[in-house]
Amino acid sequence: MKVEAKILLILGLFFGIVAAVYWRWSVENAGGVMLVAAMLLGFLPGSYYWWWSRRMRTRPEDDPTATPAQSAGVVGAFPGTSIWPFTMGMGAFFVVLALVFGIWLLVPGIALVTWALLGGIAEGRRGGRV
Amino acid sequence: MTDVLEHPVAVGDHGHHEDHGPRGVLKWLTTTDHKVIGLSYTVTAVIMLVIGGLFAEIIRAQLASPNGTLVSLAQYNELFTMHGSVMIYLFAGPFAFGALANIVVPIQIGAPDMAFPRLNALSYWLYLTGSITMLSGFFTAGGAANFGWVGYAPLSNSINTPGAGADLWIGGLLLTGFSAIFTGVNLVATIFYLRAPGMTMFRMPIFTWNLLVTALLILLAFPVLTAGLVMLYADRHFGTHIFSVAGGGVPVLWQHIFWFWGHPEVYILALPFFGMVTEIIAVFSRKPVFGYKGMVFATLTIAALSLGVWAHHMFTTGVVLLPFFSIMSLLIAVPTGIKIFNWIGTMWRGEIWFSTAMLMAIGFLVTFLIGGLTGIYLASPPLDFFTHDTYFVVAHFHSVVMALVLAGMAGLYYWGPKITGYLLNETIGKIQFWFLFVGTQVFTFPIYLLGLRGMPRRMAVYPHDPQWKFLNDVATVGAILIGVSTILFVVNIIVSWKKYPAGDNPWDGHTLEWFTTSPPPHHNFYRLPPIRSERPTWDYNHPEHTALGHGEHAKDEAR
Repeated sequence: MKVEAKILLILGLFFGIVAAVYWRWSVENAGGVMLVAAMLLGFLPGSYYWWWSRRMRTRPEDDPTATPAQSAGVVGAFPGTSIWPFTMGMGAFFVVLALVFGIWLLVPGIALVTWALLGGIAEGRRGGRV
Repeated sequence: MTDVLEHPVAVGDHGHHEDHGPRGVLKWLTTTDHKVIGLSYTVTAVIMLVIGGLFAEIIRAQLASPNGTLVSLAQYNELFTMHGSVMIYLFAGPFAFGALANIVVPIQIGAPDMAFPRLNALSYWLYLTGSITMLSGFFTAGGAANFGWVGYAPLSNSINTPGAGADLWIGGLLLTGFSAIFTGVNLVATIFYLRAPGMTMFRMPIFTWNLLVTALLILLAFPVLTAGLVMLYADRHFGTHIFSVAGGGVPVLWQHIFWFWGHPEVYILALPFFGMVTEIIAVFSRKPVFGYKGMVFATLTIAALSLGVWAHHMFTTGVVLLPFFSIMSLLIAVPTGIKIFNWIGTMWRGEIWFSTAMLMAIGFLVTFLIGGLTGIYLASPPLDFFTHDTYFVVAHFHSVVMALVLAGMAGLYYWGPKITGYLLNETIGKIQFWFLFVGTQVFTFPIYLLGLRGMPRRMAVYPHDPQWKFLNDVATVGAILIGVSTILFVVNIIVSWKKYPAGDNPWDGHTLEWFTTSPPPHHNFYRLPPIRSERPTWDYNHPEHTALGHGEHAKDEAR
């Protein structure tokens, strides 16, 4: 976990330096704001990973001498099939079409997205149809 | 080195389930398997390549004579806008981080699937609906978007470009943008959390490394574009004046926002293809990657620098910091140079096997070098002032993106057998390579010269100048050769359909995807080899070549 954290922290530090130089030197603000946001995107998850990496034992994937047997057991629950991503995609499609062809398309759009959200959450609670 | 897990790797708490899932269309609609989603992405992206390519052929046919009458001026604007949009937004990116990444990354790191399989499926549906949304502009009364693929304000506002086509372009980009962001989240989570035991970060294949960095870049860049599009839509329909001078807005802000996404996007497109050729060159040179850590460092450096170079697209606006952006842009040549050096170093003294995939990868190297070197010229403001908005710029980025097409073809020839279980015909593949490679050079070289002779881009007609006419004709011939190569690819798929069984490891590959079956089972692996280097499959198949850790060299062993 330490390598992952370091990558994000170093990227954040680099963007921080670039943001400082750019803000000081340039005459417009948009770029500086976007660079500061980039810095935060390095620092926020990076510091979280770093905090965690100091509190957890070495994972098998970080252990250079780990054997395949250490992966035995449950990795996680992976749903085999699910209709909800498609339903939500169609809902998002209608929401975007509402931007172009008329506000009424928001009705099927939001209905589909809500249905997919509820269905997906319920499916997740059950562990998915696998 | 031989303790292989002989029983299935347990994934999920529901045991085996590949046999009672839905079939046919319902399987396609409900799948959460990264391989099926990856294949859907691949097919959709290749269809987009063909559609974008058809637009390109129409554009080149129009330019074959100075006063071409094949399409009207308005149609020409739609064509070059949608050619760029389809190729960049709907083909190159999704093909790189949606198609091949989806199929290969989880297998390369020994994972059973992507970290969030349902989110992965949603990414695909957003990509598909976004593509349909953008292309449906052609069926509206005013036609498709026609302000160039960059959508510059104030040309893209509701006064200069009214109509549904532009709104469908914005809507399509919103959908595909979210699709990309979700894929980025998925890739980062997969690579951080689902690696097999022993697969440390510095044992990951370079392709996976590049996809990790690509995913981070997606997360940094795409939200900015999405925000910009929301502002553009608000300007068009809600009466805001963010990009219009009349209401106190700043049109050039759109360019800042667009290119803050747009330049990292160049590397979001390129890095996955860099990863592909790194794998391919190493496997077909029968050597490990030369300078593995240097490659990782170069990838990270390119990504970091790419966020600080956006305004080199805006040198001629007169309101950007020329020295800052010039220096940052020129600096990118250093890590890119490291990569080119390492690719050549990987081939150096290797037993090179000139398969179609390897030829395509070498073709990429040459073409990308030309595109990269002309990019160095453009990073210099005095030269950029001279060539801005001429065909020189068009030639530069077509060298770059055609190199990526070569790399993508290399990837299809290399990984296609893994996902389908069947090889493609090598003879047709090699003929396709020569058409594609020669066509690319015949297409780009004359338009470099056209640019230097002052021909502006995005013109449907041009003055009667014998030199311009000749160079345009040569470029059109190049475009036809590229078109023939695409037809040959389709022919190859038809001719080779289920004809040449690939076996599990047709290329004597290095990485974990060549350890499992072709195509891989539902959750990818029945067994895993011990992972002691970045080449676990090679180590397992060639125990006589003991893997050395990083920093250890054969010479040291001899001493």
